[in-house]
Amino acid sequence: MASDELFVSGHRGCAGCGMATAVRMILQEAGPNTIVANATGCLEVMTTGYPETSWKVPWIHAAFENAGAVASGVDVALKKLGKRDGVNILAFAGDGGTFDIGFQALSGMLERGHNITYVVFDNEAYMNTGIQRCSSTPPYASTTTSPAGKVIPGKQGRKKPIANIVAAHDIAYTATATIAYHGDLKKKVRKALEVNREGKGPAFIHVFSPCPTGWRYPSEMTVELSRMAVETGIFVLWEQEGSDPRNRKISCPPKEKRKPVEEYFKLQGRFRHLLKMPDIIEQIQKEVDEKCENLMQ
Amino acid sequence: MDKITLGAVNTEPGSSLNYKTGSWRTMKPVLTPENCIFCNMCWQYCPDSAIEPADPKEKKPIVIDYDYCKGCGICVQECLANKNVNLKDALAMVPEEK
Amino acid sequence: MGVKQVVKGNFATAVAAKLARVDVVPAYPITPSTLFPEQISQYVANGEMDAELLLTESEHSAMSAAIGASAAGARVATATASQGLKLMSEMLFIASGMRLPIVAAIGNRALSAPINIWADHSDTMAERDSGWLQFYAENNQASLDLMLMAFKIAEDHRVLLPAMVGLDAFVLTHTMEGVDVPLQEEVDEFLPPYEPVYTLDVNKPMTFGSFGTPAHYTEFKYAQWEAMERAREVIDEVFAQFEEKFGRKYEQVSEYRTDDADIIFITMGSVSGTARAAVDRLRERGIKAGVAKMVVFRPFPFERIREVASKAKVLAILDRAVSQGLSGPVFADISSALANVSDRPLLMDFIIGLGGRDITFKDFDDMAEKAQKALKDGKVEQEVNWVNLRTELLGGE
Repeated sequence: MASDELFVSGHRGCAGCGMATAVRMILQEAGPNTIVANATGCLEVMTTGYPETSWKVPWIHAAFENAGAVASGVDVALKKLGKRDGVNILAFAGDGGTFDIGFQALSGMLERGHNITYVVFDNEAYMNTGIQRCSSTPPYASTTTSPAGKVIPGKQGRKKPIANIVAAHDIAYTATATIAYHGDLKKKVRKALEVNREGKGPAFIHVFSPCPTGWRYPSEMTVELSRMAVETGIFVLWEQEGSDPRNRKISCPPKEKRKPVEEYFKLQGRFRHLLKMPDIIEQIQKEVDEKCENLMQ
Repeated sequence: MDKITLGAVNTEPGSSLNYKTGSWRTMKPVLTPENCIFCNMCWQYCPDSAIEPADPKEKKPIVIDYDYCKGCGICVQECLANKNVNLKDALAMVPEEK
Repeated sequence: MGVKQVVKGNFATAVAAKLARVDVVPAYPITPSTLFPEQISQYVANGEMDAELLLTESEHSAMSAAIGASAAGARVATATASQGLKLMSEMLFIASGMRLPIVAAIGNRALSAPINIWADHSDTMAERDSGWLQFYAENNQASLDLMLMAFKIAEDHRVLLPAMVGLDAFVLTHTMEGVDVPLQEEVDEFLPPYEPVYTLDVNKPMTFGSFGTPAHYTEFKYAQWEAMERAREVIDEVFAQFEEKFGRKYEQVSEYRTDDADIIFITMGSVSGTARAAVDRLRERGIKAGVAKMVVFRPFPFERIREVASKAKVLAILDRAVSQGLSGPVFADISSALANVSDRPLLMDFIIGLGGRDITFKDFDDMAEKAQKALKDGKVEQEVNWVNLRTELLGGE
């Protein structure tokens, strides 16, 4: 296999895992002088079953809710030991480990100003434990703890705007990305690591990571769904330096080019129940359009 | 059998290569080499690093590593030759013969 | 020799961390251990200590960062207590499972609820299965000395386990005592730099914190077990080296007037001094009492406890914690140590000094009286006894 891969074959990720592709892309950009601190979750379980590992960079996992804190410890230790120069430190976590249980450790890491790039792989539910709702789960998505029932049509409530919240920490660089736009994703990784290298503090990348198992779609559609999420305006690609949203560079399709959200929903089992609920689809469409118009103003 | 290491530290980076995920497949991608346009989208998007990239300069097409390919089909879906109606398909999914 | 200073217990553990040339101190303040990060901050701010201070947003993150820093090859120390230790609890087990020799000073404090900031051993006792070595200091000198020795023991390649040193809330953490503070060059001669076996290093990539399946998990736990067993001899070695270097003697269990004793009080931490004075008073009244102070609680000093037991007719075990529905934890462990000893003394458990309640000579008189009755009857009527219980307060709704 391609010998320069830093994230190698043989991992136990599901066929069509969007996160695995994202990790490959990120490490291709970051290169071998990189240390990864990884939260508990699919990525950790599928890549490090002893005595095997899919990682060819130094990698550490300790628990679910603390990737930001473990990475912080690695950062200061290397600094003290004189081994910090030229080394990238990445914190990897899923949406559960970032939006929910690891939120506090992330916030602490951001506030302390560590030169770390934190990447959240957002597949919009707790996939490792079997598809439970998360604060990242979009409205009306059916999960095992927000099932589409006869009375309640899937998850109630909104998706937590994690990247906005992170950017509000006044950090040097925040971005959203997804694998379909691989050039964009790699460029954002490059920028994030540059910000770290220049000593400007933490960077954060929200990577939208479709999950065939959790979203119930055919595995070959992973990249296509990550593209459609952007084309419908459901997931907006942007990057921002500092905390001022006026510095945000947004790439969101204009109204006339935006695909209907229904096209995105109908490919996924988690939204299948909505196809019989045109009112809800209309409502979501309206909200997505409003969000996009607001962003593009 | 190797002895266990201190604190479960794994000292062999990339050792998951010892585990061949190819056995997971029910469908497999098959390349028609002469139709490969060397775009490398399949290589870029493969979650399993199971594609050896094409070399456009040498006109060398991609190679699928069936030891690790799980048969997800992303390569077939994203193949630019497949997407272009004016070009012949380079990749196709076929049932796995066991 | 060192410099005599009058200091608080928290200062003693902080100065020990400084003398140990600790690289990284991740910490989150909590009463009664707050002075530790404050003191380290002062050292770092004044350029007296070349360490990275990492002030995290919680104890959980402090221990998480300690794990990251230790895996990166740093010598790491922190301090916490009570609820802080409980918040760290998840990470304590991970630190020991990953075999990272982090050292923590714990200002032994009661656990909520109700919330209480005073001394008892509930916090560390609840972590007795965490895979950390546990030492209990009687005074501020011991706090400093045990902290220094903890690094050497924990980092020994036969051990490679984290260690905690308990010092009682306020009674030690905030009380001024004369302490001999060793000189830096003496400590440098005693404590070599930490040499990790594996580190996070881009030149030699490794995977830390693997996923362990049933095929290997048991063996990893057994390897930890063996390391804890080996720690017994390492502790004795390091105690001996310390005595040679600094002239202060430490034992896993220290005995006082036990040779001819009928009743031996088992103590841990700051109450031990009171216990020795109480024993002197009891002896004046003709009661043959002695004290055995446990300095090491993990690994549990089985052999030494059996030796102590062989001398006594009654072991009166002081527990500054309670395992609800069982007994005090020290009583439970000593009972297990003596399970297969045929000629064992009567065992009595005394739950005492919870949440900072003073332990007085009268309490020792009461315990001695109960022990004497058991001695006379040849049996223990009540195994678990709550000392100085204000029964007049009970029975409310």
